[in-house]
Amino acid sequence: MADLTATAPVAAMEGARGAKPRRRLSGRNIMIYGTLFVVCLYYILPLWVMVMTSLKGMPEIRVGNIFAPPVEITFEPWVKAWAEACTGLNCDGLSRGFWNSVQILIPSVILSIAVASVNGYALVNWKFKGADVFFTILIFGSFIPYQVMLYPIVILLRELGIYGTLTGLVLVHTIFGMPILTLLFRNYFSSLPEELFKAARVDGAGFWGIYFRIMLPMSLPIFVVAVILQVTGIWNDFLFGVVFTKPDLYPMTVQLNNIVNSVQGVKEYNVNMAATLLTGLVPLTIYFISGKLFVRGIAAGAVKG
Amino acid sequence: MHSIQVKDLTLNFGAVSVLKNLNLDVAEGEFIVLLGPSGCGKSTLLNCLAGLLDLSDGQIWIKGRNVTWAEPNERGIGMVFQSYALYPQMTVRGNLSFGLKNARMPQAEIDKRVARAAEILQIGPLLDRKPSALSGGQRQRVAIGRALVRDVDVFLFDEPLSNLDAKLRSELRVEIKRLHARLGNTMVYVTHDQIEALTLADRIAVMRGGIIQQLDAPQTIYNKPANLFVAGFIGSPSMNFLHGAVTDGGRAFAIAGTKVDLAAYDGGKPVDAPKAILGVRPEHIEIVTAPESGLTIPATVELDEPMGADSLVWLTTGGTQLSVRVPVERRLAPGTAVHLKLDVGKASLFDAATEQRV
Repeated sequence: MADLTATAPVAAMEGARGAKPRRRLSGRNIMIYGTLFVVCLYYILPLWVMVMTSLKGMPEIRVGNIFAPPVEITFEPWVKAWAEACTGLNCDGLSRGFWNSVQILIPSVILSIAVASVNGYALVNWKFKGADVFFTILIFGSFIPYQVMLYPIVILLRELGIYGTLTGLVLVHTIFGMPILTLLFRNYFSSLPEELFKAARVDGAGFWGIYFRIMLPMSLPIFVVAVILQVTGIWNDFLFGVVFTKPDLYPMTVQLNNIVNSVQGVKEYNVNMAATLLTGLVPLTIYFISGKLFVRGIAAGAVKG
Repeated sequence: MHSIQVKDLTLNFGAVSVLKNLNLDVAEGEFIVLLGPSGCGKSTLLNCLAGLLDLSDGQIWIKGRNVTWAEPNERGIGMVFQSYALYPQMTVRGNLSFGLKNARMPQAEIDKRVARAAEILQIGPLLDRKPSALSGGQRQRVAIGRALVRDVDVFLFDEPLSNLDAKLRSELRVEIKRLHARLGNTMVYVTHDQIEALTLADRIAVMRGGIIQQLDAPQTIYNKPANLFVAGFIGSPSMNFLHGAVTDGGRAFAIAGTKVDLAAYDGGKPVDAPKAILGVRPEHIEIVTAPESGLTIPATVELDEPMGADSLVWLTTGGTQLSVRVPVERRLAPGTAVHLKLDVGKASLFDAATEQRV
């Protein structure tokens, strides 16, 4: 009975349900989707050229049709870019640079985020005398062009005895990540309710107790944002890598440049393309894995609650 | 024995003085309500008691121990916050036991205390849920439970019911009162809601501008407010203030061309003053039709507001607006000329200059 009475009025309204119908092929839609399609094409085309070129052999490239898919697919250029391409005296490809970059990336990301998150937490919850001045100076640091600081840092690292080492570069990345990351964490932590912190203090938790047991578990989104920022930033870094390390320890970006810009012999476009794609793979992977979390984290930092 | 003693407490935020030389003694097992408008320093005082703010000057003693510089967890206090402040990533059980774990209490004892708190607050079935799966009332119960498990001498409540809807608020109000009767702990309760203050408190401290204006039992605060601010702040609708003069050697209050006999006044001996204020609550005025010499003042009805149980009549007399509580059956047409019989024995006379009660 209940069913009957419930469906009767709906049945009477049959034909007026659902969203307002719209014409799909209206002029407006053609304009919008047409434009979107062209823009998509514009962005995808370089990638297409790169991938296709990297799968061709040199004779096929010389034909000059850069947009055409390869007639004969070969992975030779990829292997060569990874393991055989020469930079200077070394002929072990990008693999050396890749591992260097990994060795730079992992400690830099962990260290900078660890320090910056504690910074932000202390600046918000454990206000010490001069906290605001400290923060202002820190933020000011992010406005100074890197080039101004290059030479002083070289001297500083030399005096510390770590110039030209991976440790030195890790230290530089950690310091330069500090302003933006501290700002990021400070804003996030100040959006968390203050009473939570007070409650934890009444419950007898100390500085680290509150940080690890209360704050950290609530901050996953902002940590994802920080990881993405740092991974892409440090991986793509060229300037610090070339200034603060030696050829043996060059990160992948510097090595890529050396391979692509080598002036001797024939330009091996397919190897260059493969090498470039290989270098871009890490940031790309990070974006694909954490895109959704990234957006959520950015939003979480921006809006209270 | 005093449970809490606040001695000459002063707190400055930069150049702003938030609390000024504040003294407060709370007896063992007493329920004290700190009441005042926002910005009066009541929450600040509570945070000082909890040890969440450092004092600029003065001392705080809890249970005969100077805790002025003690950490919050060393003071023997439990605190309940307005926004509940439950740890979102922990279950209710985790929330309740967090403080005990920090104190390195044996697990068996923790379980015992959590079970007892859950039984008292009837949150047993919720123990394994996350705070996000609880309603507002349930969350506040858990927050109270978190103070309860600590087995402390003093409970601090920071506007605990402000985030709840009206119905839940009155339910939990009764529950807090019941909890106090059962546990007998000292409780300090901050609110801006005078109903909460009047119903819960053994004594109310009415605060303004970082100073306690009056500290007394609710009935005294209501019937004999110490000054004009307290008189106007407590009571809804608020007290009527009649501006006039004390004449005839302190025996009469002159207003709007008539005189009201002050012989029945319950307070100090009034003396002649060209400017004085007589405060009368809406329920202490009677509307009569015929004037009585020395007892009534003339007035004109403006409008009436039936409020269910009774009705509120708004009148004007000599340019002053007054409200009078009458039985709901009594309807008065606007414009009617009437006379008001003031119950001087329950009124408060204030010096216009000092604003203090005579």
